[in-house]
Amino acid sequence: MHRVLLAAILASVALGAQAQDRARQLASACAICHGTDGRSDGKALPPLAAMPRDYVAAQMRAFRDGQRPATVMHQIAKGYTDEQIDALAAFFAAQKR
Amino acid sequence: MKRRDFLKVAGAMSLAGCATTAAPSKARVVVIGGGFGGATAAKHIRLWDASIDVVLIERDAQFVSCPISNLVLAGYSSMQDISRDYSGIARHGVQVVRDEAVAIDAAKKSVRLASGGEIGYERLIVSPGIDFTFGDLQGYEAAMKSGRVLHAWKAGPQTVALRRQLEAMPDGGVYILSVPLAPYRCPPGPYERASMVAAYFKQAKPKSKVLVLDANPDVTSKAGLFKRAWSDLYPGILEYRGNARAIGVDEKTMSVKLEVEDVKGDVLNVVPPHRAGDIAQKAGLITTNNRWCDVDWRTMESKAVKGVHVLGDATLSAAAMPKSGSMANNHAKIAAAAIVDLLNGREPAPLQIVNTCYSFVSQKEAIRVSSVHRWDAGKGTLLAVPGSGGVSAARSEAEGNYAWNWARTIWADSLG
Repeated sequence: MHRVLLAAILASVALGAQAQDRARQLASACAICHGTDGRSDGKALPPLAAMPRDYVAAQMRAFRDGQRPATVMHQIAKGYTDEQIDALAAFFAAQKR
Repeated sequence: MKRRDFLKVAGAMSLAGCATTAAPSKARVVVIGGGFGGATAAKHIRLWDASIDVVLIERDAQFVSCPISNLVLAGYSSMQDISRDYSGIARHGVQVVRDEAVAIDAAKKSVRLASGGEIGYERLIVSPGIDFTFGDLQGYEAAMKSGRVLHAWKAGPQTVALRRQLEAMPDGGVYILSVPLAPYRCPPGPYERASMVAAYFKQAKPKSKVLVLDANPDVTSKAGLFKRAWSDLYPGILEYRGNARAIGVDEKTMSVKLEVEDVKGDVLNVVPPHRAGDIAQKAGLITTNNRWCDVDWRTMESKAVKGVHVLGDATLSAAAMPKSGSMANNHAKIAAAAIVDLLNGREPAPLQIVNTCYSFVSQKEAIRVSSVHRWDAGKGTLLAVPGSGGVSAARSEAEGNYAWNWARTIWADSLG
C-alpha cells in the first residue's frame, strides 16, 4: 500500500518536473528579446523573470486580443494558446531576477 | 585514429573543463560551429542537463555577428560591438576547442579535427552556417582573390574590407550590391545593407549611388517597408532592379555580368548563391538541390545521417521560415531539448519557436518581421501559426531601440 502511494508520488513529481522542463523550453523562444529564462538587462524591456503570474498571463491575452497596443507582441501573442500562455506565466513568475 | 591523438585531445579537454561538476558524465555531445545555432545549443544543453558533457568545436577565436554588421559598413557600429569571445559559454561548462572539424564518422560516432585528433560523441550537432557556390558566377574566384570583389556575407575580415572600399570610393562612384536567388542567409539583409550604404553616401558622398541588382523578381522581405524608406530617404541615391541575376563578375573592367548586359561599378559587392557549410557537404548531410540539409523539425536530426542534428542556415528551411540568427538560435533549442530528452530516455516533444528579425533603414530607424512556428503532426513539419506574425506598422526609432535590444539580448542568450 505504502509502496503504491510512494510510486504514485514519485510519478507525479517526475511528471511535474517534466512539465517544468517543457515550460522552460517553451519560454526559451522568448529569450531572443527577453533574455535567458526571462532575465534581460532591463534597458529596453522589463525583465519577465519574477513578474507576477497573473499579470503576465493577462498581458499576453491583452496583446493577443488587441486590448493592449504593441509594436510586436500583438503579432507574437496570436501564436500562443491559453494553455501555453498559462505555462509561460507560471514559469516566468517562478524565476529569480 | 592513433590512440595517442585521442588521449591528447581528451586530456586537453579535461584540463579545459574547469571541473564544474563532480557527477559522472551521462554522455558527450559534440557541437561543430559556434555561431547562433551551435553556441546556443551548447549552452542550453548544459543549462538543461548539467550531467551531459558538451564540447564545442570552433575554428575562430571570436564570434562575429552578421546581424548589425551592415551598420559597421555605414560607420554606425564597430567590429568590437559585434564580436564576442567564447568565455561566456565556457562558464556554463562547455568545453570550447579551437579547431576545425574536417570529417565525421557517423558509424564510429567520432569527429576528426584539422589538428589530427578525434573526438567521440553520443549525439553530434552540426551548425556549419553557409558556404558559397562560387562556380555559379563566372570569374568570381579570380575576382575574389584580387581582393577587389567582396561578398561580406559572413561578418569578419570582409566586413572590414568592404567598409574600407566604401570609404576609399570617390564621391560620385557607384556601389553595386548583387543579391542571389532565394533562399539565402538573411532575407532582408541585402536591403538593409543597401539602406545602410545609402545612408552613409547621403551623409558623406551625396553624389554617389547604390545600385541593387537582385536576382529575385522583387525585394524578398519587408518589401513595402523597405521601398517606402528608400523613396522617402534615399531618392536619387538608391536604385533597385529586380530580375537582375548576376552570372559573372570581372574585376579588370569592374563589372557585374547579367544575362543581357554588363553593369560597371566602383565597389562590387557580389553575394554568390549559398549552400550548407562545407562540413555538411563532406559528411553527407546535404539532401536537397545539392545545397540544404533536411531535418526532422521535432529534433533537428538529419534525415540523411542518424545521430547528427543540423541547425541554422544550413537546413532545408520549413515553409515561411527565414535563414536567420533568430531561427538558428531557436533551432538550437529544439535540438537541445530533444537531445536532453533522448539522453534521459524520454520521448522528445515538439517545440514551438519564434522568429524576430530587425533591419535598420537609417542610422536610428528600423523595421521588423516576426513569425511563430508550431509543429503540425499531419504535415510532419513546422508551420507558421495562422493569424500570428507580421511586420512593423512603419519604420521608427522605437523599432531601432528594440533592434539594438534584440541584438544585445540574443548575443547574450547565445553566447553569454
